[in-house]
This record gives sequence, structure tokens and C-alpha cells, in this order.
Amino acid sequence: MTDLLSLAGVHTHVGRYHILQGIDFGVAEGQTTMLLGRNGAGKTSTLRTIMGLWQASAGQISLDGQRIERSATPDIARLGVGYVPESMAVFSDLSVKENLVLAARDGPLDDARLDWIFGFFPALRRFWLSRAGALSGGQKQMLSIARAIVEPRKLLLIDEPTKGLAPAIVVALIECLAEIKRRGATILMVEQNFHAAQELGDTVLVMDNGKIVHRGEMALLALDVALQERLLGLSLETHQ
Amino acid sequence: MTELAAAGALPKPKRDILPVLLPVILALAMAPLIGSGSSWVTLTVASLAMGMMIFIMASGLTLVFGLMDVLNFGHGAFIAVGAYVATLVLLPLAPYVQADSLLTNLAVLAPAALLSMAVSGALGLVVERVLILPVYGQHLKQILMTTGGLIVAEQALYALWGPQIIPLPLPTSLRGSFIIGDIAIAKYRLLAMLVGLVVFAGIQLVLNRTKIGLLIRAGVENREMVEALGYRIRRLFLGVFMVGSGLAGLGGVMWALYREQVHASMGNDLTVLVFIVVIIGGLGSIGGCFIGALLVAMVANYGGFLVPKLALVSNILLMVAILMWRPRGLYAVTSR
Ligand SMILES: Nc1ncnc2c1ncn2[C@@H]1O[C@H](COP(=O)(O)OP(=O)(O)O)[C@@H](O)[C@H]1O
Ligand SMILES: [Mg+2]
Repeated sequence: MTDLLSLAGVHTHVGRYHILQGIDFGVAEGQTTMLLGRNGAGKTSTLRTIMGLWQASAGQISLDGQRIERSATPDIARLGVGYVPESMAVFSDLSVKENLVLAARDGPLDDARLDWIFGFFPALRRFWLSRAGALSGGQKQMLSIARAIVEPRKLLLIDEPTKGLAPAIVVALIECLAEIKRRGATILMVEQNFHAAQELGDTVLVMDNGKIVHRGEMALLALDVALQERLLGLSLETHQ
Repeated sequence: MTELAAAGALPKPKRDILPVLLPVILALAMAPLIGSGSSWVTLTVASLAMGMMIFIMASGLTLVFGLMDVLNFGHGAFIAVGAYVATLVLLPLAPYVQADSLLTNLAVLAPAALLSMAVSGALGLVVERVLILPVYGQHLKQILMTTGGLIVAEQALYALWGPQIIPLPLPTSLRGSFIIGDIAIAKYRLLAMLVGLVVFAGIQLVLNRTKIGLLIRAGVENREMVEALGYRIRRLFLGVFMVGSGLAGLGGVMWALYREQVHASMGNDLTVLVFIVVIIGGLGSIGGCFIGALLVAMVANYGGFLVPKLALVSNILLMVAILMWRPRGLYAVTSR
């Protein structure tokens, strides 16, 4: 299995803070890689660095054989990376439709693909012309994910999609992500909800203090409660 | 998936129309104070015309701030340059300006305005690349650079044209007023209102109906996400900056004709005015900028009529009042 994305010795500084302290990992093509770790471990920073929103101060990042650690964010996106940020970042002043029109940068919206997306997220069809700012938190998350998949992308970076959502919505969201995964997507996903991580992840990376402290099969970590507690500590119970 | 479908009806988006009503309320409230109906109409038309001109000058500034957080204290330079460039066309072609034919007048006015916009827009390109690009994200340096740019521009205009005031007479067919009963409506003010409405409608059309416009609105809200979707926002910003500079140039021509004179200090004077408008409107909001411009003009006209002594501070008072009501301006742009 080849790695679609790989990071080698990546460091990131923000101002005078040394946030990522030498990150190495690969994301295998067609697989879902879970990035876990307690709050402040550096998970979001890792995704931001891959996306070029923060520039790595050292190390190499390759996507599909191409070096991207010096590339600008729009160029990285155009290599086929879809990003669902922790804040969702829907454009609240724009309608649901307009949000997706912008996300479809290679051409007009594809009806068949929209129907596929509406299959997971019927609310988006219903509120097609409504301001995105008026959507509920769960609906905004759906829109944010829809934006990332409105055209086929090589790699999806998804940051805590279930955060702050009602349990029923979380269940539906997991179903949707599982379907996206079945379609062969390559996903790097941050998740605090261990249940969701367990459902979706093939492999798992655990971060702490800006470093990767564990890597392995998701299924193995799911079986090893002691390891979970050692690596993830309290964050598990509070986010169960 | 059923849970998603059962998410319930969307709360009806509340349209915040209070700011829109503000100029209307103000105009109606002033009627009894002013007393004479014809004076009120004259003052109201004057306010609308002046407001539209100020809007044209300020529209670029608010988008430039909204999109890239850039404080351009030199915006007035584009206004002054626009006015001076127009004299290059209008003064040598004075016979056509003085001809008593609307068509002949417009035949020199239109190219003069277009040339002014082109030169101001091109100057915008240079300013963005040379003065603003190196100081992205650093407000203090932006203020220093652009204030310096304004001083340099003003001095350059003095050097090229001399320190004297240049008279710029209105074209003959735009002088005078339409008289309806005892109400007089100045022709040029009608034209200014018309141009202002066309510019406002054009901006709204672009912002709401084109992909570029969607990108601008999205960028004002969250430029990181626009980049993460694969769009080069710096290029977009440069385009907005140039168009905004060009519009400032157009506003400069209109203002100069309104005052019938051109002077290098107009850039400086109008910078303060447009900043007040942009702050009142809510930094980054075109609708807010439009209403803010109308309010500033109304306060200047009604206030000047009722309490002439207040004229100097009336804009500041208006700004303070608006900011006490809405600390981020009439329409606060989200996530800022
Ligand atoms: N804009 C920023 N400036 C400085 N430090 C930051 C910034 N954003 C995050 N950090 C710090 O970087 C570390 C990692 O944060 P983050 O990547 O958001 O963690 P996680 O997503 O794992 O919760 C934290 O210590 C956080 O305080
Ligand atoms: Mg995070």
C-alpha cells in the first residue's frame, strides 16, 4: 500500500511557540487514518500545516509524490485536498447553494453528485437557498463536509466533525463518512469521540505535545483499554 | 439519516432592516424642524446626491478592509488623482463643456470620467504592489505606508499642477435646476444620484450574482477558507483594490464637478470623510457603507441648515452615536 500523504520530520512554529516537534507519518491511499490525542496535542496544527495555512519550519510533506511543504494553500487545495476545519467555516452570509458553488471550483455543480450528497444530508436540499448562517450546528457541519466532497478529491482532511453535535446527528454523520470511505476516499481525520474513531478508522495515530506517541491499527487500540487510557487519558471518558 | 431529515424548519432569517430605515426616519424627522417643504426637498435631494458621491468614493475602501484587513489611509489620493486627471480632458475641451447640448457635454464628460477611473485604477495596482504587499497583516505599518503615500501623492499633484485651486466649471447643460412648483432640484444632483445608484446596483449585482462576487463576500468573512477551497485570494484582492481605486477616482471627478474646483488637499479632506462612512457602515459591508454615506450627507446638509455651527463636528457626533448603538457599525461583518 502506498502512502498518498507523508510527513517527515515536520516542525511548525507559530510566533515563538514550537507547536509541532518533528512529525513523521504516512496516510495510505484509500484508507482512513485517525489522528487522536488530548486537547492541545497538536492535531489541528497538523492539519493546518498540511494545508499550508501554517508553514512548516522544517521537514518534508509530500502529496502523491509532490513536495508541498512550501506551497501556498490554494495550490495545495488544487492538488486535490478537501479540508473540513474544526470551526466548520461555512460562509454564513452565503446560501447553502453558494457555499457549494464556490467549493466546486472545476466547473458547475454536478447534479448526480449533489443527489448523492443530498442522500446523506437531506437538510441541505431543503435549505438550498437559505443563508448558511441560519443553519443549526449539525447542518453547518454537513455543509462543511459537503463542500469538501462536492467534487472528487484525492485526500480529505477532516477536523473533529462530531464536536458539539447531538448524539443522533453524530450517528448519521458516522454513516455518511463511512459511505464516503466505502467510495474509496483517502481520509485523515481528527476525532475526540472514540466511538466514531473506532467505527471509521483503519489506522490510528496518537499525538501528544506536538509529537506522534503511538501508531498502529485502529482495531488493536480499540481492544486495548489500558493503552487507550494511557494514551488518551481522561479525554476518552469526557468525550464518550 | 432520518434524524437529519427531521431537523425541523429553519428559523426564518431575520433581515436586519433597522439601518435601512435610519435615513428614512432621519429625513422624515427633519421635515417639521426645517419647516418649509421646498427647503426640505432641496436639502434631501442634496443629501442623496452627496451621499451617493461619498458612497462611490468609499465603496472600495470598505471592501479592501473587509477582504484583507488592510487599512488604506491613502485612499483619498485616488480621489484627488481622479479629479486632476479629469481636468486634463475637461479644460482643453472647454468649448465642448460649455456647449449648450447635453449630448456634447456628456461626450467629453464620459471619457474624462473613464480616463480618471483608469488612471486611479492603475495607480491602485502600483500602490498595492509597492506599498501594501510588503506590509500585509501589519496595521501600524499599513497606516504609516499609506499615509506616507497620500502625502507623496499630494505633493506630486502640487508639483505637477501648482498649489492653486483649479476651477472646473460644470458643463452648461448640467447647470441650473428643474423647477417643480416652488421646489428646485439641481440637475447635477440628479445625475450624481443616478450614477451613484448605477454603481451601487452594479456592485450588488457583481457581489450577488457572479462567482467573483461570491468569492469576495466569502473572503470578507473567512479568507483562510477561501484559500483552502483553492482560490488565490491575493489576486482577488488586487482586483478589488484596483476597482476600488478606480471608483474613488470616479468619485473624485464627480466631487470636483460638484464643488466646481480641484485642489490637491481634497484627497486628505475626503479620506477622513470616507473613513467615517466606512466605520459607520461596519468595516467590510457595502450595504452599511451605502447607508453610512447617506447618513453623513444628511447630517451635513440638514445640520448645516439647522445648526451651522455644528457642521465641523457633526460627522464625528454621528459616528459616536452610531457606534454607541452598534459598536461594530450598522452591519457588522461576521467573524471579525
Ligand atoms: N494561533 C495559535 N497561536 C499560538 N499557539 C497556538 C495557536 N493555535 C494553537 N496553538 C497551540 O498549539 C497547540 C496545539 O493546538 P491544536 O493543534 O489546536 O491542538 P488540538 O487540535 O490537538 O486540540 C496548543 O498548545 C495550542 O495552545
Ligand atoms: Mg483541534
